[in-house]
Amino acid sequence: MDLFKMFSKSDNSKDIAKERLKLVLIHDRANVSPQFLEMIKSEIIGVISDYMEIDEAGLEIKLTRTKRDVDDTSVPALVANIPIKKMKDNGKF
Amino acid sequence: MGEVIVITSGKGGVGKTTTTANIGTGFSLEGKSTVLVDADIGLRNLDVVMGLENRIVYDLVDVVDGVCRLRQALIKDKRYSNLYLLPAAQTKDKNAVTPQQMQELTSELAKEFDYVIVDCPAGIEQGFKNAIAGANKAIVVTTPEVSAVRDADRIIGLLEANGLRNPQLVINRLRVDMVKRGDMMNIDDMIDILAIELLGVVPDDEHIIVSTNRGEPAVTNNDSIAGQAYRNIVKRILGEDVPFMNLESDQGFMSKLAKMFGFGKKK
Ligand SMILES: Nc1ncnc2c1ncn2[C@@H]1O[C@H](COP(=O)(O)OP(=O)(O)OP(=O)(O)O)[C@@H](O)[C@H]1O
Ligand SMILES: [Mg+2]
Repeated sequence: MDLFKMFSKSDNSKDIAKERLKLVLIHDRANVSPQFLEMIKSEIIGVISDYMEIDEAGLEIKLTRTKRDVDDTSVPALVANIPIKKMKDNGKF
Repeated sequence: MGEVIVITSGKGGVGKTTTTANIGTGFSLEGKSTVLVDADIGLRNLDVVMGLENRIVYDLVDVVDGVCRLRQALIKDKRYSNLYLLPAAQTKDKNAVTPQQMQELTSELAKEFDYVIVDCPAGIEQGFKNAIAGANKAIVVTTPEVSAVRDADRIIGLLEANGLRNPQLVINRLRVDMVKRGDMMNIDDMIDILAIELLGVVPDDEHIIVSTNRGEPAVTNNDSIAGQAYRNIVKRILGEDVPFMNLESDQGFMSKLAKMFGFGKKK
């Protein structure tokens, strides 16, 4: 799977195992269902649409893991990739 | 008051019963009075792993049902001082006992023994709830495989949700050769993922199978590297600061190293 290659530096099966585990555990731990992510997604669209026109079909949202800047401990992170089509100039900027 | 330790894992077949037998026998070798409780009702195994299967008269369900007194159901292991087994029932199922009853039972045992070690069944259902009910400490066993680690993580969450904070981890069946070539998660990988305290690492060791064949836990065998790992685990539970064995080296060196540190002299 390309996604895992992206995350792991090597082709060692143990690195693949580790990355897959990290991702699956984020979901296990957070008890986050795909429906839940869909809910978040539609609310994000709602909020952002006030300010800019976004490509709803291209919007991606997922749970992953990241290192905290302050001390390098790894924490779950909600990552959203939101392609913008056009900024709305409605005097709010 | 003694300590009640539950040995659990989520996934089946990762070495809970083996770990219970070895840690328990190890405690007895260290002079601690110990009782092993087989909470795997319907699938009892601790008796055969301990080599005590022929001595069973009463079982845990008999005690709970009032068929016999607790003392009568305890089997004394004559080979070691102060080591007892409370066998599971084989013909009943997990619902024959409630968490409340297990809690009463283990606290009764904790009055008389230094350590009460509960062998938990696989899964997260009634059997698991029973096994953890009276525990004040939990040891989670896993193997370096994706499914076992995932289940261990789930169990850690459930233990914490049930007030068993800070469970400790035993990594079982580690294969140094596979770790070396990058085909098995190493110790750091697993600690990184599970984020709990490491209690010990038990290598994959054929002595475990041989000793189970004989009904004599590997912890009593000075030539077994897994036995050495279990002796170290016991010492760590007792508060000794035992360094982790150097599992990156070959086994010959490992046992030399172990001898250098002075472990494994006692038989
Ligand atoms: N370190 C080891 N090296 C080699 N074999 C091992 C090791 N640990 C356990 N085994 C073997 O793995 C098998 C399963 O072990 P065990 O019965 O202790 O697991 P369990 O977690 O209690 O299983 P269950 O979930 O069915 O109760 C046994 O055949 C045992 O001999
Ligand atoms: Mg078992």
